[in-house]
Amino acid sequence: MEFKFTDEQIMIRDTAEAFVSEVSTSAAVRSAMLEPAGYDKDLWRKISADMFWQALPIPEALGGLGLGYVELAATLEQTGRFLLCSPLMATAAFAVPAIRLAASEEQQALYLERILEGQVATLAHAGIQTHGSQINVQANITDQGVGLNGISRHVLNGQSADFFIVAAEETFASGEQGISLWFVDRDTQGLTIKSLPTMDQTRRLAELQCDNLVLSPEQRVGAVAQCQAQLLNSILDLAAIAVSAEQVGGAQQSLDISVAYIKERVQFGRTIASYQAIKHKCADMMLKAESARSGLYYAACIADEFLAGACDAETLAEAASISKAYSSEAFFFNAGCGIQLHGGVGITSEYDIQLYFKRAKALESFLGNASEHRERLAKQLLDSEVSL
Amino acid sequence: MKLRFSASDEAFRVEIANWLRDNLCGEFESIRFRGGPGDEHSFVEERKAWERKLGEAGWTCIGWPHDWGGRAASIEQQVVFNEEYARAGGPGRIGHIGETLMGPTLIAYGSEAQKAKYLPSIRSGDAIWCQGYSEPSAGSDLANVKTKAVFDEQAQVWQITGQKVWTSLAHESQYCFVVARTDPQAKGHKGLGFFMLDMHQPGVTIRPIEQLTGTSEFNEVFFDSAVCSVEDIVGKPGEGWQVAMALLGFERGVSTLGQQMLFQNEFNDIVQLAKSNGADRDPMLRQRIAEAHIGLRIMRYNTLRVLSGSDEGELQAEGMIYKLYWSSWHRNLGKLAMDVMGSDSEILDAEPYELNRLQSMFLFTRADTIYGGTNQIQRNLIAERALGMPREPRGNN
Repeated sequence: MEFKFTDEQIMIRDTAEAFVSEVSTSAAVRSAMLEPAGYDKDLWRKISADMFWQALPIPEALGGLGLGYVELAATLEQTGRFLLCSPLMATAAFAVPAIRLAASEEQQALYLERILEGQVATLAHAGIQTHGSQINVQANITDQGVGLNGISRHVLNGQSADFFIVAAEETFASGEQGISLWFVDRDTQGLTIKSLPTMDQTRRLAELQCDNLVLSPEQRVGAVAQCQAQLLNSILDLAAIAVSAEQVGGAQQSLDISVAYIKERVQFGRTIASYQAIKHKCADMMLKAESARSGLYYAACIADEFLAGACDAETLAEAASISKAYSSEAFFFNAGCGIQLHGGVGITSEYDIQLYFKRAKALESFLGNASEHRERLAKQLLDSEVSL
Repeated sequence: MKLRFSASDEAFRVEIANWLRDNLCGEFESIRFRGGPGDEHSFVEERKAWERKLGEAGWTCIGWPHDWGGRAASIEQQVVFNEEYARAGGPGRIGHIGETLMGPTLIAYGSEAQKAKYLPSIRSGDAIWCQGYSEPSAGSDLANVKTKAVFDEQAQVWQITGQKVWTSLAHESQYCFVVARTDPQAKGHKGLGFFMLDMHQPGVTIRPIEQLTGTSEFNEVFFDSAVCSVEDIVGKPGEGWQVAMALLGFERGVSTLGQQMLFQNEFNDIVQLAKSNGADRDPMLRQRIAEAHIGLRIMRYNTLRVLSGSDEGELQAEGMIYKLYWSSWHRNLGKLAMDVMGSDSEILDAEPYELNRLQSMFLFTRADTIYGGTNQIQRNLIAERALGMPREPRGNN
């Protein structure tokens, strides 16, 4: 039992911290927010070609770095900490796990190669399935081919993605049996990508509209016989753990910039950091950040076990829900307290704490909010005969 | 980063689990799951016998060095031991103050004569210890102790006079370690001594404190010229604060995972109750049960991070949140237990005031956020030591 980073993992984290803190300054984030893609494409080229972070969770045999989810989480904690605007999470933590879990060997070689070259990929499905299927894309499978119709919303970095993994429900099928995943290129005829204006301007969401997209059977991700619904749940769990990593980084930075501010701010002849009411709020924020971090590292370890075939989907689901539920509330709590600690300047656009607050709100509802994940855990705890 | 214990630690787990299965039965069946926090007054004689039984089999003081009868068990093995002990329903350890506080303090700071005199009887499970720190006017502000230690030149002994409070198991203990002022002119951290006192002497009076549960596990202890030999002071007169703080440092650590297993037992009881009485259909209670589950799992991983040591020797911030975290979580669990019980939570098992396990837990969790440093003191410590915020101003006294 060594529940801490190895030397190599510390190096990966420190490299990420050094790089992101330099390139993702407040000015850089504000400039990226104005870009059509929502990020600086030159910076993404640097990240994908020089840092090669999208290769972290891709096996060495397929040209990647062959590292695990712990390393990915360590990196995303830093990108989240500095509000890095980039399609890294969509590509490395949404598309890559989807391809690794669901795609055939030939597809893995083909599509992971495109990702290694720096293409942006994302998952066209957002949301956990506590409230039943949320898929609004229908796949009409006939002898002549496959037609996709419908709308997929909340697609992370959909604006700039080179290809998508689209979740669809087969026409006339019901329940989990009819769910399938499809590789769709952005220039496919009939695909309309609409940018959705978002409250958090540091990350972009798009809506995909599919009007009679004609696909070949080879574009189906994986084999026909696979139960894609269960795979999709695990893909979303892995994605949720990645979101947790950005939340942990954000929760920590919300605390750190607030503490830095209150140590400078003087009222009534003393820094406001000397007031007990302020100190106690900061102590609570630290408790949340550290605890969210513990939950994240646990979930990242479980993700690695799952990808190595050492634990089942149920265990992954539990870990993902524990981490996502806790870190969602921790980040929102810390960012909200952060505004309060900044006082009046906290609600100005000039100070960064408002950017963290919006990011916290955005990530909280993304891929299932805390209460949805708690209900999922409650089902495991209360509705099954086998207790955890 | 590894989540799992090694194969040899898992083998050790099987060993202790098997021993507990074979020995925590028969005459000891009645004390399973008893004697923990809030229940320390129960089954005292049986638990003393159990302590000796553990001692005979070498299951006391496993983290101590071989020289003093321990197993020199690794942190991982100690964690595993505490987990299995709690999982099996091992009773609250009546010898825990000697094993986890006094023993490690003596091993680190005691003279060879003191070690030889006191360690064997702790190790064998024969000697029970209690703690003499808090006083009516020295709670969170421990440095404000008023108990006096006066050196009697003629008899060449220390005479201790004063009052201690919140002393668990005082009436069952053979020894007490006492922080007392050796220099009447000194204030605060200075001029204190750390004494090991025999409780069986005329100068010691013990008065139980009845708690809101109707039971008494805490006591007031009055010293009236209680005698302590010159050999029984740890460190020199005036070094008491350093020894007292070092002792508290041993308090946190491996036993916390055993504590969490007790919490897990309580949580499991609540889940079973919810399933049987229909509370599991209430959406709000489902949320709170899941929240408690999340909180307990994260408590475990907080602890594993602390026990694994920090990365690159940085400040172990995650260790500083532990008390605030568990006490708040446990207090909320107590309320959740009552809400899952519903209107039945009001009905006791029997007259005159026989609480069931969850009711007793609910009431006693209100102490969790107070003893061992209140939540407010914990927040001060976190803000000042981990976040580098200014210290609280001190009064003139």
